[in-house]
Amino acid sequence: MEGARRKRNRWDDAGGDAGDPKRDEEGATGKAESAVSDATGMLGGGGMREGSPSQQQQKRKRNRWDDRGLDSDVSQQTALKLKGTVEKKKSEWDSDDENDGEVSVFDDGVAAQATPRGNRWDQTPVAATPKQRSRWDETPQVASGSFPSGAETPLMSGGGGAYLETPLHPESGFGAMPQGPQDPSSLSQESLNALRWEKDIEARNKPWTDEEIDAIIPDGYKIVPPPESYVPITTPWRKLTATPNPAQDGEGDEGVYQMPTSGEGSVGGAGTGLTVPAHMKDLPELKPEDMQFFGSLLRECPEGEELSAEEARDRKIARLLLKVKNGTAQQRKQSLRWLTEKARDFGAGPLFNQILPLLMSPTLEDQERHLLVKVIDRILYKLDELVRPYVHKILVVIEPLLIDEDYYARVEGREIISNLSKAAGLATMIAAMRPDIDNVDEYVRNTTARAFAVCASALGIPTLAPFLKAVCQSKKSWQARHTGIKIVQQISILVGCAVLPHLKALVTIIQPALQDENQKVRTICALALAALAEAAAPYGIESFDSVLKPLWKGVRAHRGKVLAAFLKAIGYIIPLMDAMYANYYTREVMVILIREFATPDEEMKKIVLKVVKQCVSTEGVEPEYIRQEILPPFFQHFWVRRMALDRRNYRQLVDTTVELSQKVGCVDVVEKIADDLKDESEAYRRMVAEAVGTIIENQGVSEIGAGLEERLVDGILFAFQEQTAEDSDVMLKAVGTVVSSLGQRAKPYLPQICGTIKWRLNNKSAKIRQQAADLISQVAPVLRTCEEDQLLSHLGTVLYEYLGEEYPEVLGSILGATKAVVNVIGMDRMTPPIKDLLPRLTPILRNRHEKVQENSIDLVGRIADRGAEYVPAREWMRICFELLEMLKAHKKAIRRATVNTFGYIAKAIGPSDVLATLLNNLKVQDRQNRVCTTVAIAIVAESCAPFTVIPGIMNEYKVPDANVQNGVLKSLSFMFEYIGEMGKDYIYSVVPLLEDALMDRDHVHRQTAASAVGHLALGVPGMGCEDAFVHLLNYVWPNIFETSPHVHNAMMAAVEGIRVAVGPGVILQYCLQGLFHPARKVREQYWRVYNSTYVSSQDALVAFYPRNLGYVDREVGGGEVEREALLTCPELDMMI
Amino acid sequence: MASTSDRLLVNSQLEHLQARYVGTGHPDLHRYDWLSNIQRDTYASLVGHHNMLQYVALCENESVGRTKYKLLNKMFLPCGNPPERED
Repeated sequence: MEGARRKRNRWDDAGGDAGDPKRDEEGATGKAESAVSDATGMLGGGGMREGSPSQQQQKRKRNRWDDRGLDSDVSQQTALKLKGTVEKKKSEWDSDDENDGEVSVFDDGVAAQATPRGNRWDQTPVAATPKQRSRWDETPQVASGSFPSGAETPLMSGGGGAYLETPLHPESGFGAMPQGPQDPSSLSQESLNALRWEKDIEARNKPWTDEEIDAIIPDGYKIVPPPESYVPITTPWRKLTATPNPAQDGEGDEGVYQMPTSGEGSVGGAGTGLTVPAHMKDLPELKPEDMQFFGSLLRECPEGEELSAEEARDRKIARLLLKVKNGTAQQRKQSLRWLTEKARDFGAGPLFNQILPLLMSPTLEDQERHLLVKVIDRILYKLDELVRPYVHKILVVIEPLLIDEDYYARVEGREIISNLSKAAGLATMIAAMRPDIDNVDEYVRNTTARAFAVCASALGIPTLAPFLKAVCQSKKSWQARHTGIKIVQQISILVGCAVLPHLKALVTIIQPALQDENQKVRTICALALAALAEAAAPYGIESFDSVLKPLWKGVRAHRGKVLAAFLKAIGYIIPLMDAMYANYYTREVMVILIREFATPDEEMKKIVLKVVKQCVSTEGVEPEYIRQEILPPFFQHFWVRRMALDRRNYRQLVDTTVELSQKVGCVDVVEKIADDLKDESEAYRRMVAEAVGTIIENQGVSEIGAGLEERLVDGILFAFQEQTAEDSDVMLKAVGTVVSSLGQRAKPYLPQICGTIKWRLNNKSAKIRQQAADLISQVAPVLRTCEEDQLLSHLGTVLYEYLGEEYPEVLGSILGATKAVVNVIGMDRMTPPIKDLLPRLTPILRNRHEKVQENSIDLVGRIADRGAEYVPAREWMRICFELLEMLKAHKKAIRRATVNTFGYIAKAIGPSDVLATLLNNLKVQDRQNRVCTTVAIAIVAESCAPFTVIPGIMNEYKVPDANVQNGVLKSLSFMFEYIGEMGKDYIYSVVPLLEDALMDRDHVHRQTAASAVGHLALGVPGMGCEDAFVHLLNYVWPNIFETSPHVHNAMMAAVEGIRVAVGPGVILQYCLQGLFHPARKVREQYWRVYNSTYVSSQDALVAFYPRNLGYVDREVGGGEVEREALLTCPELDMMI
Repeated sequence: MASTSDRLLVNSQLEHLQARYVGTGHPDLHRYDWLSNIQRDTYASLVGHHNMLQYVALCENESVGRTKYKLLNKMFLPCGNPPERED
């Protein structure tokens, strides 16, 4: 039933309904209302499917607009009944948690009180007719072209009559909605998609007509009359439950929206769009849910009637927005540019009147939202101060994004608000948000606080400080103070360590609230201090001096939530302190913490654990103190089975225990829990194993005595053997860590461990086999240290036998284990011998599974590197061919391992055969394959010395195939990159080839050649090759005017490379020709080269600067003009 | 440099570059400004390399400190007053 509170995402649509008791409850009403929806025949499933609007309300994807309390009346009651349970599930303490998309109940105004707060969804609507619904119940139905009057901050729960004007729309005419034919645009995304599906399925399954049957069945068949006894079933019950066929039912319907009968007229294809009139053929497809916003585009304006200027403008905007929202990439870009350029002409009003309702639409998809946000972003820049009157409206729409569950939505929300505050200025922003600060609704205050925090980070914290100070001292209402402090909290979360310069100011602002008369204000103040301390860590303790006393007094005075918040603040402040103070304050607070060890409250437990961790990790706390005061109650209260059940408790407990052991050494901790490895609860065993594993990983086993060692190994092997759960990584890691850290001490246990592994390798379950193989990879080095070579060889043979494994995941692990064994035992002593192992691996290389590929190529590469001589050259060539296929792999690690393996193989069997194979592969179509091949060629050149390869590839350049030639150039480029200064011996041999390539008509050709030149030049500065590079520069230079960015970048890179090789003076001389060229295009490129030269070798250029460049004519007086040299630097002419 | 955004990007990059390196230029730079930069760089280099500074001081028969001071002063309006701009 958490579903009642939790946001649903679209995937729960179908599944969630079945188990939902509310739906059953409404089944009865569904019938009554089926009359209504039958009238809207096109909607398909009739009453049971789409049913009454309230059902729709539940089915619809919950989006951010109906975040809290927006359930329909029925669900609201259920939710209230279940409030107790729900609250337990929710985190009440983490209102600062960014990832927590939901609003925390923690500071939820009056919500926590005994009487359920009347929120306006369970009040009888105030409107005249019972049919009247508030607009929040409906999908927002906004007439295009006018902003909804609901532009006030959306109030998620009404506090009183004063707010009634926002949600209720007696005049808007939406009250009539449920009776009339249903507008498809009021349906949710999911139901529309479902409709499309259904329509499609039904079109495929519709009964065959006689004509169709005639067409496919040859002549000579006749229609047999039905038997005499046949009576069609006519019982009314069956008719009711028969699948309705909306495709037929809806045929005659002339609703607003029609399923197109064929592809004609529908731009997007069958069954998905609307029938689009001819005059908007150039527009993208219109989805049914777009109707309410873009419906006006469908109306053709009558002949002879001119549109008014405003109408024309609105239509223009709507067209552009539609293209941005639904159009192709190109349409989108174009329209976005138009909207940006014309933003000031269109004006802020008309633009936002259309964008904002669109953005509030519940059917908006993530991608569409992103695009619209982009539109707003761009036009904000353009509109600048014109945006001011719309600030509040924009905020109303954007603020909910700040608490969206989707991370990117939050980021986009922040970006818009930040740009908005830059455009509108602080005063406008404050004026717009000021009223919401003491709003009775916690939701509004929460979003407002977040928006203010974004403002502060955009405009600077100091600018907002005076305002914050005033708000935090507000005498009018506690809500204002609460929000003010919350803003501070959000600021520190948002900007992180950037609060440091303002830390003192912010602490001073919120400090008085620690003794506020309102409990919520005290709580949020403590949380804000915690956030500030967290952001400032490890600096800034002096700013917190003034709050230490109230905090430490507070923990003695408070209980419950306030205490938890205070403890949290203390937990974050203690790590900032000097050792001496930390010790003192830890002792002060530890009394309270130990008292709270026994708390039954889960949240309190988490906080206590966290604070203990923070306290003990500080320097000043003595191990002896921890051992005596903290450990006994700690183990007594926390190391119990119940803690393993909750994921977050589990994590926190393990972290804290590891931290404690860092202080007191591992023996004290491991001794206490080692025996629990044999506990009967598996979850608990796993928690113990994880803690033990991490502790031993950090501290090793040197302190652990023989007795404890035995208990430990015994326990961990028991836990390993007894595990049944799917999640096996924890146990694997724990066993692996313990065994590896025992090292030589593990020798007595190894036979037992290997026995377990062998037994599990034979298990029926794939997971267990995989885990066993993974464990071999972990313990293989230990086997070597213990000199258990026989055992290793045995394992090698066993693994060899399992190479026929079917499950790819397991096979991958087995290959990994084999690799580990080969690595430790060495190529020459491996059993089975390499010459038997490798042929067995060749077919496995063909396996397309990523894990198998990665492990097999690693193993093969290893063998090629270390033990190539055990395998005949013919086998290696066969492997080469298999490897070519591997170059197609998606994973980069696999491709990299493959090209490296080519290098090893070439080294082993000589480059010529491998090179021939690779050069042949340059002819393939697939680009990725070719690129990898060029890299492989370069690696072969590197490992077998370039002279073995360069003649071959230069010869290949003669092949009249652009791909091959390009591949050759690319290989040269990679090769020169890899071989560095070795390249100096080959410059003169490749210059003719590069000359030719740099004069090619194909610009990609020139680009690749340029990057080859660049890499070549970067490898050989100061080696006396300047002549060749000046020559190549003459070929590169004309290409700096290329417009295509990649080509241009390659040319610039080549020029830069040559600058390194020949010195900046030469480049400067080239530049001087064009810096003041009459043609702007020339000047642009020359200045660009000049700038990059200047930036990289400013000082070196001084020696090359020209003299006597430029004169200025100055009037001397009396009309006389005297020519005066601008550059006069006598110091340069000084001689001794 | 096809679309507006790209052009904006290039411009902002150039501004950024110019903010970090005063001596960099752009297509609309006047010869006078460029020459001033060159001149300043030259003086800066003379001041920055102590051996060069000593050489100049020796030639001028001045103390190193005073030469340095003189050179630094020269960096203000190194090419005289700016010419009258046409625009």
